[in-house]
Amino acid sequence: MDWLVPALLTVITAATPLVFAAVGETVVEKAGVLNLGVEGMMIIGAIAAFATAVSTGSSLLAVTAGGAAGLALACIFGVLTIYLQSNQVATGLALTIFGLGLSALIGHAYVGKTFPGLPKLDIPGLTTIPIIGPIFFGQDGLVYLSVVSVALVAWFLSRTRGGLLVRAVGENHDAAHSIGYSVMLIRLAAVLFGGAMAGVGGAYLSLAYTPLWVENMAAGRGWIALALVVFASWKPWRGFFGAYLFGGITIIQLYAQGMGVELSAQFLSMLPYLATIIVLVIISRDEARAQLNAPGCLGKNFHVSG
Amino acid sequence: MSGTPRLKLVDITKTYPGVVANNDVSMKIMPGEIHALLGENGAGKSTLVKFIYGLQKADRGTMWWEGNQITVANPNAARRLGIGMVFQHFSLFDAMTVEENIALGISSELAKGDLARRIREVSAQYGLPLDPGRYVNTLSVGERQRIEVVRCLLQDPRLLIMDEPTSVLTPQEVDELFKTLRRLSEEGVSILYISHKLEEIRALCHTATIMRMGEVVAHCTPANETARSMAEMMMGDGLVSPKRGNRAVAGEIKLELRNLSMASSHKHGTDLGGIDLQVRAGEIVGIAGISGNGQRELMEVLSGEVLVSDAEAIRIDDKPVGRLGPIDRRVIGTGLVPEERLGHGAVPEMTLWENCLLSATTRMQMVRNGLIQVGVAIKYAEDVVARFRVKTPGVTHTASSLSGGNLQKFIIGREIMQDPGVIIALQPTWGVDAGSAASIRQELIDLAAGGTAVLVVSQDLEELLEISDRIAVICEGRLSSANPSATMTVEQIGLLMAGVSKEEAAIVH
Amino acid sequence: MFIRIEQRPESSKWMVYISPLIAVVLTIVTAMVMFEIMGVDPVRAIVTFFIEPISSRNGVAELCVKATPLVIIGVGLSFGFRANVWNIGAEGQLTIGALAGGGLALAFYNDEFALLLPLMLIAGVAGGMVWSAIPALLKTRFNTNEILTSLMLTYVALLVLSYLIHGPWKDPDGQNFPESRLFNEGAVLPVLIDETRLNVGWLLALFCVAAGWVFMARHIVGFQIKVIGIAPMAARFAGYNEKRLVWLTLLISGGCAGLAGMIELSGAIGQIVPVISPGYGFTAIIVAFLGRLHPFGVLLAGLLMALTYLGGDSAQITMNLPNAATGVFQGMLLFFLLASDVLIRYRLRLGAPAS
Repeated sequence: MDWLVPALLTVITAATPLVFAAVGETVVEKAGVLNLGVEGMMIIGAIAAFATAVSTGSSLLAVTAGGAAGLALACIFGVLTIYLQSNQVATGLALTIFGLGLSALIGHAYVGKTFPGLPKLDIPGLTTIPIIGPIFFGQDGLVYLSVVSVALVAWFLSRTRGGLLVRAVGENHDAAHSIGYSVMLIRLAAVLFGGAMAGVGGAYLSLAYTPLWVENMAAGRGWIALALVVFASWKPWRGFFGAYLFGGITIIQLYAQGMGVELSAQFLSMLPYLATIIVLVIISRDEARAQLNAPGCLGKNFHVSG
Repeated sequence: MSGTPRLKLVDITKTYPGVVANNDVSMKIMPGEIHALLGENGAGKSTLVKFIYGLQKADRGTMWWEGNQITVANPNAARRLGIGMVFQHFSLFDAMTVEENIALGISSELAKGDLARRIREVSAQYGLPLDPGRYVNTLSVGERQRIEVVRCLLQDPRLLIMDEPTSVLTPQEVDELFKTLRRLSEEGVSILYISHKLEEIRALCHTATIMRMGEVVAHCTPANETARSMAEMMMGDGLVSPKRGNRAVAGEIKLELRNLSMASSHKHGTDLGGIDLQVRAGEIVGIAGISGNGQRELMEVLSGEVLVSDAEAIRIDDKPVGRLGPIDRRVIGTGLVPEERLGHGAVPEMTLWENCLLSATTRMQMVRNGLIQVGVAIKYAEDVVARFRVKTPGVTHTASSLSGGNLQKFIIGREIMQDPGVIIALQPTWGVDAGSAASIRQELIDLAAGGTAVLVVSQDLEELLEISDRIAVICEGRLSSANPSATMTVEQIGLLMAGVSKEEAAIVH
Repeated sequence: MFIRIEQRPESSKWMVYISPLIAVVLTIVTAMVMFEIMGVDPVRAIVTFFIEPISSRNGVAELCVKATPLVIIGVGLSFGFRANVWNIGAEGQLTIGALAGGGLALAFYNDEFALLLPLMLIAGVAGGMVWSAIPALLKTRFNTNEILTSLMLTYVALLVLSYLIHGPWKDPDGQNFPESRLFNEGAVLPVLIDETRLNVGWLLALFCVAAGWVFMARHIVGFQIKVIGIAPMAARFAGYNEKRLVWLTLLISGGCAGLAGMIELSGAIGQIVPVISPGYGFTAIIVAFLGRLHPFGVLLAGLLMALTYLGGDSAQITMNLPNAATGVFQGMLLFFLLASDVLIRYRLRLGAPAS
């Protein structure tokens, strides 16, 4: 059983960035916008956070910088797609390409630098309880924040008028407009929120997951987060569990070799990507069911006609 | 009625690029008055209403509310004043409940507290039964309209705007709606009733404002007018009734449906169940029904966009075609006119000649060895434009540059010029100006006279009664038998549209 | 808002061609501002980026070498993008295509024969097609989003490459470097101009452009692809087979990517190395859009993008600017392009709406 606690801890670390990105994108897509630039926003969040952490030493500032960087990138996306009517798929791709390039440019100066990592919670008495202690009372602040944000988003979407508005513009933007809501502003807010969340997810990567800067370190996690949103049928808590499922797959990768599985490292590294494909196939196989939960106007641009 | 008008508009003018939508429009509505706003599609009614409801700014003109000059910044402001609106294309959210839909359409203060209870109260009070917990996508069109009405009533409106409210209702539902509206009028609510249906306006409205091409052409009292006189005001001198001439005697069976059943491929669609129908050479068969009762699904299987499992369920010229796609059905002479012009019947961004390739490629030999014969396609498009008098600067212009009526003439012309043995049209004159609509109806009549089997699916009962030899009614995916239109009354058809079986309908009369 | 956008009655034909130019100009201006902020002489940087690399014969040849994969993939992708089939896994298809061709070169390391190169080219195309057939199958059979599957497969393909050169295909005499043997003469694409790397691949790229144009502008299947992209319902009305077009566009784009990978490997590199492509598969997405999804446009855009790669290299060498600046340029260019495309369907109006 010695491996259990470290394994579970690894699951949490692997899942947390996905939770942030996926829950943010859930709100974006609920508002009817498909932002495929999650990968770009994550990576820019990662470098912004890491650069801030190295220069200031402050974790709080670093996380804020990560979120702000993701938000800034999302702002470009929002203005282009919402106000200038550009194609959402193409703009999302551009965001990813741009984010990867810009992060590499900024990160150039930070290769090889280190950061001690995020401080972990330590409550005397509680954190030392076997198994439960380190898992529930020994995490860093972002892990708790990720859980809280899922709960908040779930509550916001289902229980508040603001959430109702977000769902309304995603379901039928023409109707929302004719009733008198500002489709564009609501969507922009959702896009910005999604960007900030992806940025924080990226910050977690460079501050906690591997506290150093490596070019392209998001390694497809932004895309996996997009898949998770579909997998979760746009429901925040299902997205949360999906992220932990993927975290679980990641640890198979780490522990399989230790457990004597004779397979090249490369094949084990393929697991999360292959798992994503398999999950997508399972979810989308039944077209009618896959469509049922999708926001009615997902990916469609809105323009006031006439 | 005298005193301060509830709403007064003075010289409202609104210009869009290339079009004057409203030109110096003035009108007033008194408290408790049911006021008709009458005009053809494109006369400027929608623009005016959007202005009143705060969805659109005018270039010029003033609006007075109960004696005070005001500007309405947005629909929220309109609602605060006491203006409610029921949209023609409902502003509803399918995947949400009735209660959520209503909450979205009222102010946040009103939405607080026990909204569900108040919805039940208001709906009971006005005879508009609604279950707040139901999801909209499970409701009929009539029920959906009730949501919009209840949403307005919850806010104690003093002016209710209704945009073409009866186009989606059965004649019986229309009667129910009118009762509610008369009652509101008695309670002092003003109603602005937008329509182009003249008999309805005569039956319901106290006064009418008639618009044509963006201008007010007359104010009148509908009770003192005839439908004919109002139609003349509405359309100017463009009013021509189609001439039927001597119809050829119906010939052999061209199109036959035998126990056609099909599960809908759409989210919340209607399944088709056991449809039987025969259309003979030289006759026009009309299918009436309220939108959403399987017309779309029927059109999909008739066009071959969706294949049925039993090839024998659809026969053309006595050959089973149920498993043939649209291309193969066109090869054997089927002409198809879908409901949506832009995006379905034509590609908006493509030129007229390119749009000919969509349906005429094989029959008109526009492709050789896989390569497009541009010259052939252009010639064909020019022929269509010339014969059907489509107004366009040229066939290299895009479909989106044409007006609705002209594009529809082009699409129907594109099918007719292929000399089809069977033509199937869904809502052929929907949203088309009266002049084009009349000429389209005439073309269909002439086509049938030339020996083509014509099937027209339409919500416009007047149209079907005017052009069809026989009429069948579709309701919840089932089709009644087709009877000679001369023997059918509006009431009978209305009951069939509402799902009352033929036997029951007979008992009622 | 003081700038309003207003829909044009008909799309502007001019703007379709002008907007890429606006995008290029805006990118250069923004880049100069960025250089200024970074403390680099903007004029010198621009000269280093865009002029110096092509001021020699060898430079022009290199430009074509770099443009070759971009143009070939860009032409292939443009078919898919027109049909709203979003294959963004060209990088993976390129890798598998290169491995298929390269594997053949290694398999016949000791026996040279005339048909080897043509066979390698075919293997490259086939390899790319196999990799893009997976998203095609999943999309048509299981309705799975091709964006995510094709991208996930890119990561898988890169890991396959890494596995092969760390394991079975590693050069037995190579001091344990993760590289394959150098290909034999017979497995290397012939050079067109002596003392440069310009090879037959460039001619293949030009052929792809020409063939792509005929197919897109004059062939009925090209027309079907356009219709299904703009108006899917109209495509159903016309009776076009959607699944067939999904398969076709994915196979074309995958095949093109595989061909590009094989050309890059055999023409420019000459052995299998850990990094076969510096992101050509992703840059080609930008190339396709910048080229207006039109084969001739793709050719010009491919040359321009190739120039940013060369410029990035030369800026790194002479001005010590990080190579990643290339990616920033490319992303910015696409942003500006997407932004200026608004002018095709809308017109900008200054001043608040009249009230």
